[in-house]
Amino acid sequence: MKAFDNTLGAVSRRTVLSGLGAGALVLALGVPGEAQEPTKFAGEGMPNGLRDDPRIFIAVAQDGTVTFTCHRSEMGQGVRTSMAMVVADELEADWARMRIVQAPGDEARYGNQDTDGSRSLRHHIAALRRMGAAARQMLERAAADGWGVPPGEVKADNHQLVHAKTGRKIAFGEVALAASRLDVPAAGAIVLKTPAQFRYIGQGKTPLYDGFDMTTGRAQYGIDVRLDGMLYAVVARSPAVGGSVKSFDAAAALKVPGVVKVVAIDGSPVPSEYQPLAGVAVIARNTWAAIKGREALTVAWEAGPNGSYASDAYRRSLEAAAAKPGKVVRNEGDAVKAYDGAAKKFAADYYIPHATQAPMEPPAATARIKDGKCEIWACSQAPQATRDRVAKRLGIAPENVSVNVTLLGGGFGRKSKPDFVIEAALLSQAMDGAPVKVTWTREDDLRHSYYHTVSVEHIEAGLDGKGKPVSWLHRTVAPTIGSIFAPNAKNELPFELGMGAVNLPFAIPNIRVENPEAEAHTRIGWFRAVSNLPHAFAIQSFVNELAHESGIDGKTFLLDIIGPPRKIDPTTVGDSWNHGENPALYTIDTGRLRAVIERVAAEADWGRTMPKGRGLGIAGHYSFVSYVAVVAEVEVGANGALAIPRVDIAIDCGPQVNPERIVSQMEGAVIMGVSQATVSEITFKDGAAEQGNFDGYEVTRLDAAPRDIRVHLVGGGDWSMPLGGVGEPGVPPVLPALTNAIFAATGKRIRALPIRDQLRA
Amino acid sequence: MVNFNLNGEARSYDGPADMPLLWYLRDELGLTGTKFGCGQALCGACTVHVNGSAVRACQTPVGDLEGGAVVTIEGLSKDGDHPVQAAWRALNVPQCGYCQSGQIMQAASLLAENPNPSDGDIDSAMSGNICRCGTYTRIRAAIKQAASASSAKPKGAKL
Repeated sequence: MKAFDNTLGAVSRRTVLSGLGAGALVLALGVPGEAQEPTKFAGEGMPNGLRDDPRIFIAVAQDGTVTFTCHRSEMGQGVRTSMAMVVADELEADWARMRIVQAPGDEARYGNQDTDGSRSLRHHIAALRRMGAAARQMLERAAADGWGVPPGEVKADNHQLVHAKTGRKIAFGEVALAASRLDVPAAGAIVLKTPAQFRYIGQGKTPLYDGFDMTTGRAQYGIDVRLDGMLYAVVARSPAVGGSVKSFDAAAALKVPGVVKVVAIDGSPVPSEYQPLAGVAVIARNTWAAIKGREALTVAWEAGPNGSYASDAYRRSLEAAAAKPGKVVRNEGDAVKAYDGAAKKFAADYYIPHATQAPMEPPAATARIKDGKCEIWACSQAPQATRDRVAKRLGIAPENVSVNVTLLGGGFGRKSKPDFVIEAALLSQAMDGAPVKVTWTREDDLRHSYYHTVSVEHIEAGLDGKGKPVSWLHRTVAPTIGSIFAPNAKNELPFELGMGAVNLPFAIPNIRVENPEAEAHTRIGWFRAVSNLPHAFAIQSFVNELAHESGIDGKTFLLDIIGPPRKIDPTTVGDSWNHGENPALYTIDTGRLRAVIERVAAEADWGRTMPKGRGLGIAGHYSFVSYVAVVAEVEVGANGALAIPRVDIAIDCGPQVNPERIVSQMEGAVIMGVSQATVSEITFKDGAAEQGNFDGYEVTRLDAAPRDIRVHLVGGGDWSMPLGGVGEPGVPPVLPALTNAIFAATGKRIRALPIRDQLRA
Repeated sequence: MVNFNLNGEARSYDGPADMPLLWYLRDELGLTGTKFGCGQALCGACTVHVNGSAVRACQTPVGDLEGGAVVTIEGLSKDGDHPVQAAWRALNVPQCGYCQSGQIMQAASLLAENPNPSDGDIDSAMSGNICRCGTYTRIRAAIKQAASASSAKPKGAKL
């Protein structure tokens, strides 16, 4: 995930910045009355910006090994392989001679290191290419100098420098030292490859750098870290957010063999941002002893302000809010009047519950403190924020905290929050600096997450006599991610609204989007694709309902409501966020949206006659500046049993760096979407999450996953275009494609997720 | 004292009998290839082989291993070249990779018992192993690829 970026709407700068350290949210834009700096976009607009000095990221050793320092966290998206591949290509390095090391948290040196928002490649592609090319030119220069020939006569070719005129060759390693003494070429003097010269980029043939380790048990994740003298901790945490420890009895826990100490962790008042929940930690000589020790703890909890949070009552409050007008975030024409005068009126509410990321590796972190310096090893998506929060909590300078980033066994947004790392630091401190690894059990992960929000989406549309939509009113009600940062945050932030709600690319003359208030009663965070999930589910389901009401084919109706190919300026549709990108560079291109819809429909043979009980559903959604469309094929048995034999997914993400990983991300996005649509739900009762493990929180397994997932890459040949995101945009259209297919197969309309048993008679 | 064989080596254990094999492997021996995912045998991340069968190490007390032979992902092959591992890499199956030790151990066990599994066989054998990244279609394809690679091997080759 998942972007929170620069704009916080109405929240005041002072409020947000109080209590937050460096590397926190940067309010550079849109605060009324402040002097406006020129707006920075993309990588330069992120906290601590972007670096493109090859000496920071690339090293060539005398044995020829090329080491690339990767400053994005690897959590399955293949970022280590893909970023290194770009450098290797421009550098003319032999991929087999590449080595990748992970950057520690140090944004002063590396620039921004947040891995979220589907933007690692789109922010860094130009910088990576420039750095690889610059390093290549330095090697060429060093070889030329060594031979006494003009530099223009020497060219790098697959880990060698070649002087064509004389046929002389020399290996990278042999000129590495000399090259390192040269100046980095000025930006204007850097010569990039033409796409036709790409050896790795765009070919999709580079194997996963970490593939051998991942298939032999050698890969090291945060949970695998082991240090001499390390202790192991698990923590009993407040069931409700904002609760505290009233009292606890550690006597029985301390008697468990292997248990060393029991330590309380103070919670923080809400909004608690990334601070740990209140809890009681059991520290032991191994994880099993710690788990058993925790079982033997007795803790009395003060429930706190969210102790009565209950999902069924909360859903009713969202539905009530969605039935009344709310804060207007987009208003063109007069949607209310046009609806009143419409020949046909149609309205529906959609409900999308809380979900949790549930990466297969639960959160885990190790900390040790020596001579006032804290060293950390963690599976973190945000190493600088981690460093800053740990420093603040320990009361030491950030320079005295080092954060080593391991591989992540999945992230999906959960590991952007360093609460679990602060716990490790506090417990090391409690053990006089001895290394302590905090492991979250699966119960901990499911019960104490930063959850995907819960929402009701209310949509009303008026149609004219010919079935053409003339008005569109969308009310989106959901507790905001902003609620962990600022008190009384009850409206969705610009980035949440900019995930499909305000930036609706439809050709309807009267459009109104409203966002009534909702209070948060748990920690809300980002889950792969974030608010695109409820927005796309509701919008693409509703469009399909309108199509059916009008007696028009679903694909045809969808293309008609999108309207003709045109480029929409995001700022003209109330989207001040635009994924942090320059609106002049990244418009909403309905032509590209239409194209992925047409492509996926063609590939899926849309319109083919389906046997009884089978149906096709279609959806298309723009998110993270990419365009994705999905056709799902479902089969619903007589007893309501749902099978999904096939899903087609088409993506236009602009130029493709690593097509093989783009395909894998789309495959994975389909399965994550299937999971969210069919079985996954977190519910709350008495302030606490009700699900504890994978029996209660179901996720899609191999037997329920579509056996046939076909990925279609659209476009990509034009390297003058900017890149789009890949990690998240595949997920949102999967949900409505499935429920639209179910409608086609059965006539039953699903408006509340997950589908679960709704199809059974 | 519990005596058993682990990845071809003799081991002796005299700790608490209820210590799950998972934590003995990871914390006591430093064999972290076997992963923790749920602790309740719901996710398959901790899959190892005990006496030739796939079991969940999180629910296998070390005390029950007397005289047994345990194989973990680290011991599945000498150079990472078990046909399942090779197929996994050929098809770039892993994304984050965390579940893949368990997936590979489970798949290897399937193929040892059923050298030519059907899609239904694969469903049954593999659905205990969760992958949140969604690599299921490639897991299925890699199992089939490993199956045909192994059937092409001369008789007597160990799976």
